[in-house]
Amino acid sequence: MIDIGLGHYLTLGAVIFSIGVIGIFLNRKNIIVILMSIELILLAVNINLVAFSIYLGDLAGQVFTLFILTVAAAEAAIGLAIIVVYFRNSGTIRVEEIDKLKG
Amino acid sequence: MIAHAIFFYTFSIIAVVSAIMVTASKNTVHSVFFLILDFISISCLFIMIGAEFLGMIMLIVYVGAVAVLFLFVVMMLNVAQQKNQWFAGQSTSKHIPVGLIISTLIFFEIIIVIGGWKYKPEIFDINNSLANTSVSNTHSLGQILYTDYIHVFQISGMILLVAMIGAIVLTFRQRSGVKRQSYIKQISRERAEGVEVLEVQSNKGVKIDD
Repeated sequence: MIDIGLGHYLTLGAVIFSIGVIGIFLNRKNIIVILMSIELILLAVNINLVAFSIYLGDLAGQVFTLFILTVAAAEAAIGLAIIVVYFRNSGTIRVEEIDKLKG
Repeated sequence: MIAHAIFFYTFSIIAVVSAIMVTASKNTVHSVFFLILDFISISCLFIMIGAEFLGMIMLIVYVGAVAVLFLFVVMMLNVAQQKNQWFAGQSTSKHIPVGLIISTLIFFEIIIVIGGWKYKPEIFDINNSLANTSVSNTHSLGQILYTDYIHVFQISGMILLVAMIGAIVLTFRQRSGVKRQSYIKQISRERAEGVEVLEVQSNKGVKIDD
């Protein structure tokens, strides 16, 4: 319990990943919160990669974390642009009312 | 070691609670602030276990850019004031048990994997690039990033460029009724069409037609 090892960090990553998945399902608000949940999931992946990288002594994990960071930033920019365009066209970004594709 | 444990539990509890608050808070602006708190505590954890460069990059990229982008979009779409009408409907409450079941399953699967996972004894011997502690984390990361991963690095730069162009193209809107400069029209003006020499007669004045 006191001796912090790899398992603690992996458990923290698992908890944050699950919270992100819960956030996608439980969402009653807008799409922006779904995007934030995706950011949480990517953050959990980053925690896993950095923990493995430190504890195995291999720097490749941190390099891949850097690339995931890049992709997350690009995804946030594109997703928010899509949300802005959707809000301009339909006037709402509430999750229940986005049903134009009848999915 | 005890200080390590204290800092780990402090930052991880803050991270987990703020992650819960991101998904559970009723106001979207509060969600963004809790997301910022989450990123800050996770970057403190990164700095604590020895990945200083990634911790600082997380602070710069997430707190400085992505969170501000989220706040800006929340402000621009004006969603924070509409929250009362949004909570009127309860039609999505049937998704809640499904989401809880699925995420609990995912959590326990990951925990089972973590609990059953053991180090291979030979895995510590290969490519132990962090064992050399004479160079800093940033230095060794730069050495490996600009040599072995240079192509991936440049491709990630291309991804950022494509994302920037895509965001601009998506949100670009041609407004009507806005007066703009037309450079080609200004440059291609000739002297003959701009200036005219008139013979002004006495007591007649000049008649300008435009």
